[in-house]
Amino acid sequence: MSDHERMWQELGLDLSAHDGLLKVLGKFYGDIYLSQQGRLSGMQYLDFVLSEIHGLRIQELLSAKAAGGKVVGTFCVFAPEELIWAAGGTAVGLCAGADVGTQLAEKVLPRNTCALIKAFVGFKLARLCPFMESCDFLVGETTCDGKKKAYEILDDYKPTYVMEIPQMKGAADRALWQAEMVRFKEMIEERCGRAVTAEGLSAAIRMVNDRRRALQRLSRLRSAQPAPISGRDALLINQIAFYDDPPRLTAKVGELCDQLEERIKAGEGIAHGAVRVIVAGCPMAVPNWKLPYVVESSGAVIVGEESCVGERHTRDLVAEDGRSVEEMLGHLVDRYMQIDCACFTPNPTRLDHIVELARRVNAAGVIHYALQFCGPYTTEAYKVEQRLEAEGIPLLKLETDYSLEDIEQLKTRVEAFIEVIQEVPRG
Amino acid sequence: MAGGRFAGIDVGSRSIEVVVLEGGRIEFAAEEETSYDPLGQARRLLAALGPVGAALATGYGRHLLGRHLNLPVVTEIKAHATAATSLHPGCRAVLDIGGQDTKAIALDATGRVLRFEMNDRCAAGTGRFLEVMAATLGYTLEEFAAGAAGTTASVAISSMCTVFAASEVTGLLAAGKNREEVARGLHETVAGRAAAMLRRVSAESGVIFSGGVARNECLRALIEAELGGSVLVPRWPQFMGALGAALLARAGA
Repeated sequence: MSDHERMWQELGLDLSAHDGLLKVLGKFYGDIYLSQQGRLSGMQYLDFVLSEIHGLRIQELLSAKAAGGKVVGTFCVFAPEELIWAAGGTAVGLCAGADVGTQLAEKVLPRNTCALIKAFVGFKLARLCPFMESCDFLVGETTCDGKKKAYEILDDYKPTYVMEIPQMKGAADRALWQAEMVRFKEMIEERCGRAVTAEGLSAAIRMVNDRRRALQRLSRLRSAQPAPISGRDALLINQIAFYDDPPRLTAKVGELCDQLEERIKAGEGIAHGAVRVIVAGCPMAVPNWKLPYVVESSGAVIVGEESCVGERHTRDLVAEDGRSVEEMLGHLVDRYMQIDCACFTPNPTRLDHIVELARRVNAAGVIHYALQFCGPYTTEAYKVEQRLEAEGIPLLKLETDYSLEDIEQLKTRVEAFIEVIQEVPRG
Repeated sequence: MAGGRFAGIDVGSRSIEVVVLEGGRIEFAAEEETSYDPLGQARRLLAALGPVGAALATGYGRHLLGRHLNLPVVTEIKAHATAATSLHPGCRAVLDIGGQDTKAIALDATGRVLRFEMNDRCAAGTGRFLEVMAATLGYTLEEFAAGAAGTTASVAISSMCTVFAASEVTGLLAAGKNREEVARGLHETVAGRAAAMLRRVSAESGVIFSGGVARNECLRALIEAELGGSVLVPRWPQFMGALGAALLARAGA
């Protein structure tokens, strides 16, 4: 038995099922990622991180635990990870991007539940995620009814703390969020056994901001013509950013961005002549690479993600000039209130941001990606459609899940959309 | 002369069609069932064509031919739009109901695709749905359409899922409902769904109805009534995808 296998066994994973999952993941990664041409050496670190997705990073988490820190699993970009780091904890964004344990999940959840919720419940019930098993506790949130009720069930299997996310952006909502931020801080201090100090919180704010800045730089560089990096690779970096060690990821993304700058200066890129599109909508967590793969094997390149795994995660920084913990908490509240998740009503800034991103990266069209049964995003797609029509930006609306059974239908839609936008004279 | 002949092949879920254009005319057309061996069937059809200057594949199995026969591909959406515009210049919408897909396509005045809608992965309202319903009622497809056209009364059908609708129909027959009225109810449901899909993409009238299901005259008339505008069926609607592909092969697409 290898060291990794021993570790997984100690974590209580279902070893044979987990072995199967890693094989599928490895094959998927080979087909979708390693087969790409013209990848920069800066991607090797990310390939390595992914190849060790359930190995070395888990060892690091277990070492952190052995040293007395808590590992906290989160599911949403609303979880204020700065407070977790400031209390000596380690924040890990749990992925929930695979059709795993679905039958087990359907024993406790209605069938008309989105794939993401089924996945996080499925991963837990099937004992397949070493990240979830490494966590001391989980942080959920009330972004949608499905998640809200699923956390009550998940709590039976792993302690799950739930934050209340406001649904509007008025003064009363900000006050609610402020109170929730304080409640979260007190909870995290108690569970981590360590007070959040001004010094610690300030350092955490800078550390997480640095990672956001590195990802913002990547987002800017992607907009070059021709695109210097595939959308799949850029998505992968945004996915890994949820669970890798932040300072290390920041440094590695920086190195990759240096290479991208060189490439852009030389006038080089990948996918010359490819149609440029952005994807907007639901998050795409590891290993949900289905749509990017379909899009990028149909003569297009994805140059931006208006998504929680993408711009919504990295767009806004926390002000760094707070001196006291109270002041910094206020800055955190301000920053997180800017998130334009479809759980808000009304949600006009999301529409602005989609238009802004499409224009900034010079995209010929937008693909709106919504998970089937996701009420907020499938419904908001109509508003997106109205707005993009008014702006003269072509849109393809898709609803799908994690299964591969609709891949041919998706291909037909995506290819037809690309045919359409190729023919539109662009002025 | 090979340079003047252009072929289009449409590999659908139920049938494969080829069309050869020569000097602007359809010189050859043939159709086979897709069967369990679409590649073999396509090869047989293509072998019978003789030399062609260029060929293009469309339909659900287009990439199969792209991979194995090295044919360039185009989506059904572009192929149907191209064929419709060629036969009826100025038409503004296309409805294509095939074996497992329904597509509504809006065109601008020059025939360019503006928008399209497709049914999702389920076969509700497609050719496959009608086949299963006809069989449940003990009809051939022709009898099914004739039965529905022969009555004005109808039994409302609430399920659009093929599996649920089949059990609903079985239940209605067991409750003593008239077979023709059930057939009409099924046609009305499919027509309502197709019209709704057309309305979502286009407000313009002048619809070309293509795909094998367009041969069902009762359905055409019901969609026309539902839309309140003309719905035209080309002479061989099931060949429209292949015709569009042949036209695009000729245009060098």
